[in-house]
Amino acid sequence: MNDFPTPIATVPSTGNKTGGWRTFRPVILYDKCIRCMICWKFCPEPAIKIVSAEKYTAKNAAIGKLDAPEIDYDYCKGCGICANECPVKCIEMVFEEKLEE
Amino acid sequence: MIKMLTGNYASAWGAKLARARVVAAYPITPQTTIVEKIAEFIANGEFDGKYIRVESEHSAMAACIAAENTGVRTFTATSSHGLALMHEMLHWAAGARLPIVMSVVNRALGPPWSIWSDQQDTISQRDTGWLQIYTENNQEVLDSIIMAYRIAENENVLLPIMVIEDAFILSHTMEPVDIPSQELVDKFLPEYDPKYKLDPSSPMGFGSLVMPEGPFMEYKFKGHEAMRSALKIIDEVDSLFKENFGRSYGGSIDTYRIDGADYILVIMGSVASTGKEVVDKLRENGKNVGLVRIRSFRPFPHERLREILKNRRAVGIFDRSYTFGYGGALFSEVRNSLYGLSIPVKGYIGGLGGRDITLDILEKIFNDIIKIGKEGLDRDYEWVGLIGDKRW
Amino acid sequence: MKNLTIPEEEYMLPGHTACLGCGATLAMRYALKALGKNTIITIPACCWAVIPGVYPSRALEVPLLYTAFEVTGAAVSGIREALSAKGIEDVNVVGFAGDGGTADIGIQSLSGAVERGEDIFYIMYDNEAYMNTGIQRSSSTPKGAWTTTTQVGKIRDWKKEKKKNMVEIMAAHGIPYTATASIAFPEDFIKKLEKGKKIKGPKFYQVFSTCPTGWLVSPNKSVEVARLAVESKIFPLYEVENGVYNITYMPKKEVKVKDYFALQGRFRHLTEDEIREIQNDVDEAWRILVEKEKWSKSLMKVQ
Repeated sequence: MNDFPTPIATVPSTGNKTGGWRTFRPVILYDKCIRCMICWKFCPEPAIKIVSAEKYTAKNAAIGKLDAPEIDYDYCKGCGICANECPVKCIEMVFEEKLEE
Repeated sequence: MIKMLTGNYASAWGAKLARARVVAAYPITPQTTIVEKIAEFIANGEFDGKYIRVESEHSAMAACIAAENTGVRTFTATSSHGLALMHEMLHWAAGARLPIVMSVVNRALGPPWSIWSDQQDTISQRDTGWLQIYTENNQEVLDSIIMAYRIAENENVLLPIMVIEDAFILSHTMEPVDIPSQELVDKFLPEYDPKYKLDPSSPMGFGSLVMPEGPFMEYKFKGHEAMRSALKIIDEVDSLFKENFGRSYGGSIDTYRIDGADYILVIMGSVASTGKEVVDKLRENGKNVGLVRIRSFRPFPHERLREILKNRRAVGIFDRSYTFGYGGALFSEVRNSLYGLSIPVKGYIGGLGGRDITLDILEKIFNDIIKIGKEGLDRDYEWVGLIGDKRW
Repeated sequence: MKNLTIPEEEYMLPGHTACLGCGATLAMRYALKALGKNTIITIPACCWAVIPGVYPSRALEVPLLYTAFEVTGAAVSGIREALSAKGIEDVNVVGFAGDGGTADIGIQSLSGAVERGEDIFYIMYDNEAYMNTGIQRSSSTPKGAWTTTTQVGKIRDWKKEKKKNMVEIMAAHGIPYTATASIAFPEDFIKKLEKGKKIKGPKFYQVFSTCPTGWLVSPNKSVEVARLAVESKIFPLYEVENGVYNITYMPKKEVKVKDYFALQGRFRHLTEDEIREIQNDVDEAWRILVEKEKWSKSLMKVQ
């Protein structure tokens, strides 16, 4: 409760870590990734960040100049759109329980 | 400046003087001349605001809610079926704690079709969280609209408010009305600038989903407390209005010749004027009767009314609305106010669909109240003025 | 260096409570990318009334007015006129409503706002049924679809009526700008919103937004299904600007309605004959749309 006369929502939803919903985890294989950012474009959370080019090793020097996608597992619900839309099929959907093993 | 004005023109003048910035309204008989007058003000460049010619009353209230949420003073007007159509949004306005002011012209609800006066439309909106002020004459209509903004926008209230006038009897009848100067009204009503509003510089969500564990109930309780505190503020604003404009209406309750009166009739709306005339006549005949006019039906002034009525010998209540199967809404409230006291209390229902409430009918009611004061209650309530009913 | 085809800025936050693969969230994400920070949005009862999360959670970086189901058109009018009364004209006022809130219960207030020429954006995210209440039929549900109120059952009571055409209804209002869009074509959608920012008056967008939950589609196929809807011409991408039709995406490959239906459980019950009948409807509607484009351009003397 606050001094508002009526409920007014002010707290960013980022406190809600929806990564816990996930059954399948998308894993980007950076040696295949062409950094086209289609995965980023179609993420409905959005849970794919744009990180600096150097952070991951790239397929080749030209691709290495481009900023890279990085999945934020705090929020990724594992819908798999990224893997489905990826033109080079460099995102694998891995069963979470398998990863825990 | 004294002008001959109908109740509806008085209402439009009230909105203009209060500097409503957005008006959203839809025409319905007998409210139409309010919006026509506002349209005339707008067309002549005399109204500093926007008029949204919405496609329904439901949208009128929705647009007022959105505009008020954007931080401007709003006004609308309706009647009868239009008010009924607004019902959902009336709850929304109150729940969102928006001090919207609405002029309501009391008209019967069909079927059968009737464009004439009774209070069924507003009484049916009793639990929507709106303040309801019932007026007696055209001057009071104008003054009450100005007061309504001052009451509703008080930070301890922040609830919407209806200013109510009777169809035709006030809405279309000319009376001399003193129109206060804009300077005086501006002094009385400071510019409206709410603390929380839709503003791209601060992303906030107004009215989101709340789970059962909270704080739904807590916010409804805040609304309840605001409605309770409005009682005091209605009386305070009335006094303040008197200081500034020289006129007063008694705040939540107006009384007439109640000193030494053993028998009281409680009433709402313009029919009080007829009642006052009957009181004068009966007083001349040595009958100690008096009249109480409830101005504020929501919030209802239970404590103040109990104080006024506690030593009377009998109390009658005239309801110009109905609840199928029992007595009227005003009757229920008044009897609650007197709970535990051994005063006979009786309800009278009449004047529906514009049926005339004559001097004769009111005199009979007063005589009935005197009778139950002496002989005891014959029944809790009854309908008066039915065709063929020899008693009335 | 960034390899982006849509604006980078995000005004929709993660942590929202939409289902996996929700198309409605993509519609919102793209809309706000195009419209930017200087925006006020109003949302009636619909999935998006719940997606931002329960109080006090907010998932948007712009102010949001929640309102009742049928009043989006009136609410945007109220906000627009209040801003104008304060002398503020540069804020984008946006109504963001589902197909039920737009094509059914909200069509009256939408029609009123458009007829009055309010300077607003109205975005209908079309997931083709009442999804928030549990997949009940709306007038925007396509012919052939199963919903929880048009069940297949013993007598095959699936939806027999055609989808209501909202863009045509808006065009009939003489609206300055109306368009369809799809979550599978964000660049096209954003371009249409950018265009709308330069147009004064009402702008109406119908955004095809896959509902994996309600369509019985695997969440990872959400965008793919939306793309097939456009490619199969069952949901063409076009705009109508002051009466002139313009198809903004010409399907590249020969995709049949059957291919689009194949990914969805809601059409699973349809027989070959029934699918053929729907294909005929789609072919006919497409033919008419192409003709309308030619005809309206010649009529309006557009180059």
